[in-house]
Amino acid sequence: MSARNRPDAVMVFGTCLIDLVDPEAGLAAMRLIRREGIRVRFPQAQTCCGQPAYNSGYRADARRVARQQLAALAGDEPVVVPSASCAGMLRHHYPRLFAGTADQALAEALAERVVELCDFLHRVLAVRLVDQGPPVTVALHQSCSARREMAVAPAAAALLRGLSQVTLVEPDHAHECCGFGGTFAVKEPEISAAMALDKAQAVAATGAELLVSQDCGCLVNLAGTAQKAGLGFQAQHIADFLWQRTQP
Amino acid sequence: MASAFRTRAGLALSRERVRGNIRRAMDGLVAKRRAAFPDDAELAQLRDQGQAIRDHALANLPALLEQLEQRCRVNGMQVHWAADAAQANAIILDLLRGHGAKAVIKGKSMVSEEIGVNAYLERHGIEPIETDLGELILQLGNEHPSHIITPAVHKDRAEIAALFNRHFPDEPCSDDIDQLTALARRVMRARFQGATVGMSGVNFAVAETGTLCLVENEGNGRLSTTAPDMHIAVTGIEKVVARLDALAPLLTLLTRSATGQPVTTYVNMISGPRKPDERDGPREVHLVLLDNGRSRIHADPELRATLRCIRCGACMNHCPVYTRIGGHGYGTVYPGPIGAILEPQLQGLQVQGELAQASSLCGACAEVCPVRIPIPQLLNRLRHEHAEGPTASQSPSQSASPASSQSVPIQAVPGGHRPGLQGRVWRAWALLHASPARYRWMRRTIGGMGGLLDGPFGGLLGGLFGPWTRSRTPPRLARRGLQDLARQEGFADD
Repeated sequence: MSARNRPDAVMVFGTCLIDLVDPEAGLAAMRLIRREGIRVRFPQAQTCCGQPAYNSGYRADARRVARQQLAALAGDEPVVVPSASCAGMLRHHYPRLFAGTADQALAEALAERVVELCDFLHRVLAVRLVDQGPPVTVALHQSCSARREMAVAPAAAALLRGLSQVTLVEPDHAHECCGFGGTFAVKEPEISAAMALDKAQAVAATGAELLVSQDCGCLVNLAGTAQKAGLGFQAQHIADFLWQRTQP
Repeated sequence: MASAFRTRAGLALSRERVRGNIRRAMDGLVAKRRAAFPDDAELAQLRDQGQAIRDHALANLPALLEQLEQRCRVNGMQVHWAADAAQANAIILDLLRGHGAKAVIKGKSMVSEEIGVNAYLERHGIEPIETDLGELILQLGNEHPSHIITPAVHKDRAEIAALFNRHFPDEPCSDDIDQLTALARRVMRARFQGATVGMSGVNFAVAETGTLCLVENEGNGRLSTTAPDMHIAVTGIEKVVARLDALAPLLTLLTRSATGQPVTTYVNMISGPRKPDERDGPREVHLVLLDNGRSRIHADPELRATLRCIRCGACMNHCPVYTRIGGHGYGTVYPGPIGAILEPQLQGLQVQGELAQASSLCGACAEVCPVRIPIPQLLNRLRHEHAEGPTASQSPSQSASPASSQSVPIQAVPGGHRPGLQGRVWRAWALLHASPARYRWMRRTIGGMGGLLDGPFGGLLGGLFGPWTRSRTPPRLARRGLQDLARQEGFADD
C-alpha cells in the first residue's frame, strides 16, 4: 500500500494490551484516522492476535485464538494496528502459523492488509499534523518489531518531527530491546529487568519529560520500571500523544 | 524456584565488573563491525552470497564430506570420523600417545571446548597448552570461554595483570597491555619450542582442494600448526564448503562481522604435511571430523539453517541478553543467540531447553548474522517443540556423516514435549481469547473490579506477577475497554 492508494475505509485492530491498560491510545488511533476523512471500523469480535502463546511455543492455542481474528477481520479494507509487535504477528507470523491448514489463504490475505499505525499515517496518508501543544522534549522508543520485523521505525520519528513544538531526542543504545519481549519478561524476569532498567536510565539521561512509543508493551515495561526506580519521565502511546498534541 | 539457568544468569547479573567489561567490549565490537560494512546494499549482497554458499554446502553435505576426505588423503592428510565427543577425544588421545607426546599446544578452537578435550587429556596424563592469549588467560584462571571469538572478554587488564603476577612471579608486570602481551609472548615462545604436537580448529574446510582454512591474529595458530611434527585439526562436519573461491566472501563476512577487520593478521591455508622437498611443516596432519549431533540437526529442513553458522560471534555482540549475562551466564560452550539455538539441539531440550527462552526475540541477532540464520524463528520452533512435541513437517533422514551412518529415524531435537502447568495455562488463555463472548465477559469482569484493582486486591494480583512487579510498578488496568469506547464514539462494528 502506498500514498497513491489511500483507502476510503479501514479496520482497526486495537490489540488486547491496549484494550486492557490503555484503551485511550486505541481510541486516539481511530480518531487520528477518522480526522483524515477515512471511515474507521472497529470489529467488536476481535480479541488478541495470539502472539503470547505463539512466542511461547503453544501454536495450537495460538491458532485457536488467531482463527477468531481471521473471522473478526474478514473484509478488504486495510487493517491498521497501533502496535508494531501485534502488526508483525498478523503480517509475518499468521502465514506461518496457518501454513498447511485450511485457513492458509485467509491468513495470507489478512497479512497483506496489515499496516502499523504510524506507517499508515505517515507513508500512506502523508498526514500533516498541526502542533497545538506547549514546547516539550520527547524521547522516542522504537520497538524491536517497528525497527526490524515491520521496518517502520522511520514513520514514528517523522510524525514526531512534524510537530513544531516537540524536541525529539534519542536515548543511548536506542537500537537495543527494552527487555519486555512479552512472556520473556515473566519467564526470565531478572534479565528482562536489567534490560529495562538500562533502557529507562538511558531515557532519563536524555532529560526528556516524556517517553513515547508505538508499542504499548514497551511502554508498560519502561513506565513501570521508571516509576519503581524513581526516574522522572512519563510515558504515553504515540497515538494518544499525536492526538492530544493536535487538539486545539 | 529458579531454574539452573536463571540462577546462573542471576549470578552473572550481579557481577557488576564483569558486566561492565562485557558491555564495553561488545559496544566496541558493534561499532567496529558497523564501520567495516559502510555500504548497506553491498552488505546485503554479501550476506546473500554467504547464505547461498553455506546452504549449498549443507544441501550437499554427505557428498562434500566424502570429497573432502578424498582430497585431504590425496594431499597426505589422515582423516578421522568421530560420531561424538567421546570418539573424537579417543582419536586425539591415540594420536598423541602414538607420537609419544606428553603435551600438546593448542590454537583457539571452540570445537575442542565442545568435546572437552582439555579435561580429557589431563585425565590421561597429557598436558594441553593453550596458546591463544585469551585462552591462556582462561587456562591460568581455570575458566571457560565467555565468548567464542574473544574468550576472556569478561576480564579487564587489571584482573589479567593480577593473574599473570600470580602465575609468573619471576616476571612482574603492570596492567599495561603491551607489558602483558610481551610477557605472554615470552611464556608462549618457550612452550612452542618444545612442542611435538599442535592442535587447532578449522574455520572452513574446502572439499575441492582438501584445504583447511584457519584465521587468527596472534600467529599462535600458525605456530601450532606448523612448528610441531604433528598437527591435529578438529572440526564440526558442517564447516565444509565446496569450492576454494567460496573463501573470499566467507572470510570477508567472518572477520568483518567478528571484529570489524577487513582481514585477520594470519590466514592459514593448510593443505597437508610437509612434502619431501620441503624444509619445514608438520610431518603428519590429521583431520578429525566431528558429528556430535550435527547430522540430527541437518536432517531437519528448518533447523538445518543452524549449521550455516560461521562462528563470527556477531549475534552475541549485538544481543541484549548476552550483553547482560555474558557467556558464563549461559553456562554452555556456545553462548548468545547461536548458543540458544545450537545447544538445545546438541544437548536436547530436557537439558538446555530453557536457553530457547533466554531471548526477547528482539531480532538483533538475525539482523547482523552474516549468513542470515533466522535465529528468532528457530527459537520459536524450539519453544514449540519444547511445549508441544516434534513438528509433523520434519522428515527423519539418514545421517550426513559416514561416522554415524545409522538408518534409524532421527528426531531433530531430543527431549521435547513437556505438558504440565504451562500447557494448562495457555489452554485456559486460548479458551478466553478464542471467543468474543468470553473475552468480553473477562474484560468486563476486570473492569468491574474497579477500585479493587487499586487497593489490596490489585496488590494480590501484582503478587502473582511477582517477578514483574519486583522491578516495575504494575500498570493500572482501565475500567472500560476499547470495545466500549469505540462503540460510544461511533466507530462501527461493520
